[in-house]
Amino acid sequence: MALPAHHPVDLLRFNTCGSVDDGKSTLIGRLLYDSKNLMEDQIEALERSADITGGGQINLANLTDGLRAEREQGITIDVAYRYFATPRRKFIVADTPGHVQYTRNMVTGASNANLSVVLVDARQGVIEQSRRHTCIASLLRIPHLVIAINKMDLVNWSEERFIEIRDEFEEFLPRLDMKDVKFLPMSALEGDNVVEFSAKTPWYTGPTLLGHLESVHIGSDWNLNGFRLPVQWVNRPNNPTDPRWHDFRGFSGQIAGGLVRVGQKVMALPSGLATTVKEIWTYDGPEDEAFCPQSITLVLEHDIDVSRGDMIIGPDHLPGFSSDLFADVCWMNPRPLQTGRKYFLKHTTHTVQAVVTSIENRLNISNFEPEPGPSELAMNDIGEIRLRTARPVIFDGYETNRLTGSFILIEQGTNATVAAGMLFPPREVVKPEASDFVI
Amino acid sequence: MHSYHLDHLQYLETEAIHVMREVAAEFERPALLFSGGKDSICLLRLAEKAFRPSDIPMPFLNIETGHEFPELLAFRDHRAKELGAKLIVRTVDDVLARGVAVQSFGETSRNRLQIPALLGAIEEFRFDCCIGGARRDEEKARAKERFFSFRDSFGQWDPKNQRPEIWNLYNARLNPGENMRVFPLSNWTEMDVWEYVRKEKLEVPSIYFSHERECFRRGGQWLPIPPPHTDNGRPDPYAGARPKPNEKRAKLIVRVRTIADMISTGVIESRADSIDDIIAEIAAARVTERGTRADDKASEAAMEDRKRAGYF
Ligand SMILES: Nc1nc2c(ncn2[C@@H]2O[C@H](COP(=O)(O)OP(=O)(O)O)[C@@H](O)[C@H]2O)c(=O)[nH]1
Repeated sequence: MALPAHHPVDLLRFNTCGSVDDGKSTLIGRLLYDSKNLMEDQIEALERSADITGGGQINLANLTDGLRAEREQGITIDVAYRYFATPRRKFIVADTPGHVQYTRNMVTGASNANLSVVLVDARQGVIEQSRRHTCIASLLRIPHLVIAINKMDLVNWSEERFIEIRDEFEEFLPRLDMKDVKFLPMSALEGDNVVEFSAKTPWYTGPTLLGHLESVHIGSDWNLNGFRLPVQWVNRPNNPTDPRWHDFRGFSGQIAGGLVRVGQKVMALPSGLATTVKEIWTYDGPEDEAFCPQSITLVLEHDIDVSRGDMIIGPDHLPGFSSDLFADVCWMNPRPLQTGRKYFLKHTTHTVQAVVTSIENRLNISNFEPEPGPSELAMNDIGEIRLRTARPVIFDGYETNRLTGSFILIEQGTNATVAAGMLFPPREVVKPEASDFVI
Repeated sequence: MHSYHLDHLQYLETEAIHVMREVAAEFERPALLFSGGKDSICLLRLAEKAFRPSDIPMPFLNIETGHEFPELLAFRDHRAKELGAKLIVRTVDDVLARGVAVQSFGETSRNRLQIPALLGAIEEFRFDCCIGGARRDEEKARAKERFFSFRDSFGQWDPKNQRPEIWNLYNARLNPGENMRVFPLSNWTEMDVWEYVRKEKLEVPSIYFSHERECFRRGGQWLPIPPPHTDNGRPDPYAGARPKPNEKRAKLIVRVRTIADMISTGVIESRADSIDDIIAEIAAARVTERGTRADDKASEAAMEDRKRAGYF
């Protein structure tokens, strides 16, 4: 808990998934408790509710069960966020629930994660939920995966059982294209291999869960190839008192990919006009270069017309530019997705009307096989669709850039967020017309 | 810049700036809730970072309970002026005087009464979005809160019917009468806030630092003794919040850890008189920040009930 006063630490975001009762809440409670991130009044509140509902026993899971409706139903119904820190890192945990019908919550909680922890009950081994969660983690391109085999105390800490479950996973993992997967035997209830090493697993030589969370390399989790600045807000001072800002015109946004340097060539899309970077303006003074995911304001050499929703890009790794899009979507609404329906599509800072022209297939999440030609996608279904947008979209494939390759669909009228989409790589990239842009 | 990697404060900062610019771009009439407390002080710096050299494109709004520490109000006014922002103040007193809401019997805290005052201001100025400084680590019910928290036309929060928030794509669309609360500091902890105050060298109101104060003991914590009631023509706004004869009084060296208002803010005994001291104190603290707020103790579900009714 005590942080060294001026030592900069980085931040890791992870989510936990597993089916109901696999021990997610207990695990998060354990992480907070053993890493000394709980306070007296939180422990007091735990003890108070233990007397009322738990027959006197402290229940670590209560720490993360926030809402009244949940307490009444005894289940976690939404995504809850927890925060804790060690001297090496800060952590944001998204607690994503495990019901079959709650795929949408896992997608929500995991979309920004560097790492996912999939919990498995050692007695049950791989069940449909384990496949589902691993599959979603892979679709969302979570860079790191931990398979935590929990409740090892209930299988006598059997190495044989651990290997059996690991082998079950390894049978299907190759199909999912996950690069970094760790297996870990654990008891969240008793705290073995969560923060402290367990004496009961002499056969396990890997790190504890917290040890892994503290040391996994996340430096390359952001895309640093191909500069992308989705323009969020045009910065144009109104009647400034300071004459320096009379002609100031900057383009503000969060860099969604790559690096940018003063003096380099850039192009604004969709206009296709090329210019150079005159200044990288920040409140803390000008910078020579900036990178993803910094928030900056670019001042350009020429006065070209750029507005919110446009994208400023660099000369290499060109994006796609099309109004005909292919994507995997996770459907999140009780009213199913049908072809022919119109939605708002929000992609980076750009919102356009879009119509679903076809549903190519629905993913069978248990065997990872796409099933062709479904008539609709229901709540929590994942499938491949084709969309036509009213104006072209400037995008990358989700597999190369999570920020410029993702979108949401918004239902017209209710304004509900009904889908999370992951774009396929562009079939062709934008063709710069200005010849001086070619390097 | 040699390494292309952000530390945790830089990450939280860029995330919050992104959120603020989304608000400026997507809403027609946003406001920024500014109380003068440490969280909203950070919000102002983030607004400067998001929008300078332009003016911050939204007014500041504060709902006064009438129980504020005078130091806080002075700080609030001074800071708004310094930034050249328009500050709108609406009060619980006014809501009571107009009979829009009534104080229930025995109710001393005015936190509940801030709700109609806030909703009144939203209606009066037709605000479609209010940026607030709430953090998810403050309280259990907040842990599920979104960055963009949708409120229906009665200003209510329905925890079961929130929009999923995926990647950094915020759905800001509203129908007439609906409203959004936006929390750029969602992912910040109390420690992050103080580390940011230190890093940015932000000025904070003096009551965060240790000072001598007359206090009394109630409900397991020390509360400040309110200023004397002088205007005999009006009822005492602090009725119920004054020490009873049997309650222990003491002059102590204290500071406040979180600022609600004088009635519901417990003070803690502390000698911390610099930001470094405060950070060291929090690192060693054994009680969460909200453990010093009387209004949450009433019931474990207190915060959730207030939020459903339209609290920040
Ligand atoms: N024996 C044993 N029980 C556990 C372990 N982890 C969790 N449990 C129990 O399993 C039940 C469900 O745990 P909980 O954390 O609520 O699961 P969740 O639904 O995934 O959040 C509770 O009774 C826990 O005490 C473990 O490692 N060993």
